[in-house]
Amino acid sequence: MRALKRFGVEGIALLLATAIFLVPFSFMLLTAVKDEVQSSDLDFAWPTSWPIVQNFVEVIEARDYVLLRAYLNSTILTVASVALIVVFAAMAAFVLQRRAGKIGSLANFLVLSGLIIPPAIVPTIWLLQALGLFKSLPGLILVEVAFGLSYAVLLFRAFVAAIPRELDEAAMIDGCTGLTLFFRVVFPLLKPVTITVILTTSVAVFNDFVNPLYFLPGDDNATVQVTLYNFQSQYNTQWNLLFMDIVLITIPPLLLFVFFNRKIVDGMTAGAIKG
Amino acid sequence: MVTKQATGSRTGPGPAPGQRHVRASKQRAAYPYTLYLPAAVVYLVIFLVPTVMAFYFALTRWTLFDSTFVGLDNFRDFFAEQNLRIGFANTLFYAVLTSGLKVVLGLLLGVLLTSKLRLRGFLRSVVFFPVLVSTVAVGITFSALLRPDTGLVNKALALAGIDGPDWLGDAGTALLSVALVDVWKGVGIATVIYIAGIMSIPRDYYQAVAVDGGNAWHRFRHVTLPLSWPATYSVIILSFIGGLRSFDLIWTMTRGGPGFTSDTIASIIYKQYQAGFFGLSTAGNVILFVVVTAIVVPLNYFLGKRQATL
Repeated sequence: MRALKRFGVEGIALLLATAIFLVPFSFMLLTAVKDEVQSSDLDFAWPTSWPIVQNFVEVIEARDYVLLRAYLNSTILTVASVALIVVFAAMAAFVLQRRAGKIGSLANFLVLSGLIIPPAIVPTIWLLQALGLFKSLPGLILVEVAFGLSYAVLLFRAFVAAIPRELDEAAMIDGCTGLTLFFRVVFPLLKPVTITVILTTSVAVFNDFVNPLYFLPGDDNATVQVTLYNFQSQYNTQWNLLFMDIVLITIPPLLLFVFFNRKIVDGMTAGAIKG
Repeated sequence: MVTKQATGSRTGPGPAPGQRHVRASKQRAAYPYTLYLPAAVVYLVIFLVPTVMAFYFALTRWTLFDSTFVGLDNFRDFFAEQNLRIGFANTLFYAVLTSGLKVVLGLLLGVLLTSKLRLRGFLRSVVFFPVLVSTVAVGITFSALLRPDTGLVNKALALAGIDGPDWLGDAGTALLSVALVDVWKGVGIATVIYIAGIMSIPRDYYQAVAVDGGNAWHRFRHVTLPLSWPATYSVIILSFIGGLRSFDLIWTMTRGGPGFTSDTIASIIYKQYQAGFFGLSTAGNVILFVVVTAIVVPLNYFLGKRQATL
């Protein structure tokens, strides 16, 4: 009886989760493989024809291969900003956790401010223009780094707290201080939380729509999220292509998740949430 | 300007006097402030300088190239916007509703997905899935699913004999619909935070409840709920801040409409930016800044205090 009851609960949970979470995804996939006429119904009907390859090719070729350029831009943007965020935030978090004092509390305050304060968009545009970085990929990379640092520092700092200071002291006896202590001894130990930071940050940067919209306008510089915006205006009724685009740009974060799935919770349990 | 700012952050306090001297010099060598430098430079230049400048530009009529000082005119104009009061109320409603639901659902899912469920792994992935899809893609998809005539939601409701509303086109339901989609997309993060929090609770506590003859409810009420407080704290703060700043989902799904009924402070700011009112838009940003700080700082203090007394 008890087993039966538990089975029932599991069944209901599974059914609910499937309905609520998987139905929208099947809708995306179904619409992406329909022909133009049928897709415009935006319903849940089974496709009458399957122009998968044709839709795929059309999306890729649209607007002079803008999607491929966007893929390249988004990849550069994501890899560069995540690499910088990981290294910069880990270094800062290390000192922040280890060394108290006035500078420490100031840094702490700035980290929290970065989490709370909504970025002042137009003054940032003004500043990037003054630096000659507006509408450029390096400019957007710096923006993503600046906006992403706080959260990463918080995750790293909580994890550093779990690394015993004795380890630092042992390394210091061996003659490691400062940069070498950090890169040789501490940074390798941060691997679990580094994976968490890489995953969350790269998904956030890759999926970011607002910042590219403000700081990197224009077709040459399009990132993958902005291609959705273009498709929407250009293919007002070609829903199959729009959803094919959605499916294509969802693949990279999905792959990342498949590879790192189990490590996300590990990284968080290891210290981040206890802070 | 760059180097000045950077060196400014490096200047530490002088060497500590007396017996602390040895420890201080050891600290200086092992944990040099130079490690702050790269993060500090980017943060100061790209984030802090614009934030501070915003307070000045908010007081000007501004074209990016030159600005005329107009005092508090922008603020007067911003507050005179007829949709601002709606936007203000909407922002609060949205933030409270989304973070509240994320706490409740995240906790429930967290408990469910740390239990002995056989399909735990599969369900964890399924719940986390929406986090991976971009907000714009989610917005487009749900706009299609929520259509009044052909949308799946209303078709499903029709099967149950319910005549569903025009979710995004009706002034009464537009903001609510967007908020629910926000929860759908974000609850995966809340769940992961709760899973991490629940998994770090020592098993002994559950055994103690079992020894006292407690059931599942007791385990939840007296162990899981109080001891996952740090997770709750993180979820509330993160989703509340996210909710107050929310823009992209609202923009994709309703553009603040119908009328101004689903406008939030962030979407009003964007509309003014688009119209070329940079000073006005920046004034809006300053107001958003004040609102977020005025709510989050006391909230953070209050929640932090509760955490300490636990």
